[in-house]
Amino acid sequence: MTALGKLFRTTTFKLTLVYLTVFALFAAFLLGYFALNTRRLITEQITDTVNAEITGLSEQYRIGGIRRLVVVVDTRARRPGSSLYLVTTFAGESLAGNVTSLPPGTLDNPGWTETVYRRLDEAEAGEHPEHHALARVFQLPGGFRLLVGRDLDERERLYNIVLSAGRWSIAIVIVLGLAGGLFVTRRVLRRVDAMTETTRTIMHGDLGGRLPVAGTGDELDRLAENLNLMLERIETLMRGLKEVSDNIAHDLKTPLTRLRNRTEQALRSAENESEYRAALESTIEESDGLIRTFNALLMIARAESGHASDDMSEFDAAEIAHDVGELYEPLAEEKGIVLKVEAESPTPLKGNRELISQALANLVDNSIKYAQPRDLINGAPAQITVRALGEGDRILLTVADSGPGIPEADRSRVVERFVRLEQSRSQPGSGLGLSLASAVARLHGGELTLTDNQPGLKSVIALPRGGPVQIAG
Amino acid sequence: MRLLVIEDDRDAADYLVKAFREVGHVADAATDGDDGLAMALDGQYDVLIVDRMLPKRDGLAVIGALRAKGMETPALILSALGQVDDRVKGLRAGGDDYLPKPYSFSELLARVEVLARRRVGRSEETVLRVGNLELDRLSHQVHRDKEEITLQPREFRLLEYLMQHAGQVVTRTMLLENVWDYHFDPQTNVIDVHISRLRSKIDKGFSQPLLHTIRGAGYMIRDGAR
Repeated sequence: MTALGKLFRTTTFKLTLVYLTVFALFAAFLLGYFALNTRRLITEQITDTVNAEITGLSEQYRIGGIRRLVVVVDTRARRPGSSLYLVTTFAGESLAGNVTSLPPGTLDNPGWTETVYRRLDEAEAGEHPEHHALARVFQLPGGFRLLVGRDLDERERLYNIVLSAGRWSIAIVIVLGLAGGLFVTRRVLRRVDAMTETTRTIMHGDLGGRLPVAGTGDELDRLAENLNLMLERIETLMRGLKEVSDNIAHDLKTPLTRLRNRTEQALRSAENESEYRAALESTIEESDGLIRTFNALLMIARAESGHASDDMSEFDAAEIAHDVGELYEPLAEEKGIVLKVEAESPTPLKGNRELISQALANLVDNSIKYAQPRDLINGAPAQITVRALGEGDRILLTVADSGPGIPEADRSRVVERFVRLEQSRSQPGSGLGLSLASAVARLHGGELTLTDNQPGLKSVIALPRGGPVQIAG
Repeated sequence: MRLLVIEDDRDAADYLVKAFREVGHVADAATDGDDGLAMALDGQYDVLIVDRMLPKRDGLAVIGALRAKGMETPALILSALGQVDDRVKGLRAGGDDYLPKPYSFSELLARVEVLARRRVGRSEETVLRVGNLELDRLSHQVHRDKEEITLQPREFRLLEYLMQHAGQVVTRTMLLENVWDYHFDPQTNVIDVHISRLRSKIDKGFSQPLLHTIRGAGYMIRDGAR
């Protein structure tokens, strides 16, 4: 398609054409109406004037006879800008007036007539063109004839002025409209082309590209902004996917290699049955760990890509806090940690009960794993507090501990998959607990935040009370 | 007991049949849904182990067809789909238990044995007894040797579940599912701590321990004198 063809096919241009036609027709109608009416008005005026003069002149004739009429007509005919007068005998012999060169027979029919004429004072000049006039022929008693008329040139001139004004304005409307339409269309087309271009590069794999936003806040901008948000989301997801595969490659390959090495070594150098047995047992243990990691990864992927509406139900968040607290309380006690639950029933919440329980369990697990048995500052037993409370339209599930905490700089990083700070490498775990909690929070339209508990770590899962809200455009 | 394994992966089926035979059960295998259904209808099996995705007839459809014909043989569904909603779907279709792949044989065996024993059923008994340990399900009282033992509500349910399956191996996952109603895997083994707490309450001070740890599998409560 040529550039021009493309231009003509745009919606904007088609709209321009429609508007243009409508406006041109309207202008033509308006001016035509104006011209015709003007003409009619002038004609009426002429008729009135002529009728009045004829009445006046026939009155003069009645009073003073033909002599008086001739005198009056002569006087009137001499006035500048006067009407047209002619008084003739029955035979057509001119007695008075300022008109000549009437077509023969004009005076034979009384009544209104449109005729060509010459003024008497320009009759000899010859080069003067004939004029048009509207005249009335009146039969006077006694065989005389009287013609009174007005020049029509003025009327025609005005009519022509209006007509040509109409033609010009329609031409201007069309030219300006087309030019404006083309201009607007090209502008829109340029922006759409820019968007298309960007989309192409994005489709070719450059997910970092963004649609241009002109900053005018118009509908194209809104469209571009929304598409950009979508791209943002896609890019995040893709990046996540890539990170997952990279991390899977790293974190699953490491134990797989270890597994393989051990098995190989057992085959090569095991001397007796008990050594084989030990090797096999550690193989099973290692593969169980792998399965666990794998399950956690699937779960995160599922939560991240999931439709929030799956498996949602209404339940008591306080109950979950108590259940999870109860599940972990013996473990905490064993490590010399005081685990407390502060939650008032009911704290109704809508969501996936199983996933939210697991997210909260992960946070508690985390706190127990990293808590110091004794508080670092005053030597009191370490504490973990699990809370569930409503705040505005959100429910906050909080796990606060008095452990070593997480340095501020690392806080956002530890939520990512597999990130385990150097200090914690020795602890068991897949490094997926916080990522899962965060994925679950996001699935519900909430978020996981880590803050300083002074001392310790405070992890908060904030969830909307009524379940995930569908994002509206 | 007689078991039927319906599993299209021949290696996996052979492995399961062999493993079940090694522990003293009779096991057959079918490799597609139609064969599996025919065999399940003919044979007197105690438990069916059904893979979710099968050629010719889907695992859930096999169970559905059996149930429609009035066969109440307990069925355990094996599936690579391990999410909670898949599980719910499987149980709704008439399955009695659901085990996501990959599984350990000890887990599968423990669950199959529980399913087989459930038919005989001791779940209606109001007083459960193991040795000199007695649990009254109505009054929520626990005695050992006439001496009352005070348990937290959750400890009571834990002991109740163990005693309902006395003499059978109960895995950690089974406990987590049945006592806590959680279907996820807590990263740390919290169940062990609950068990050791329970153990200190019921076994401490008695020469004959009742609550045993079965290495690599789970726990079992049984009368040690047996």
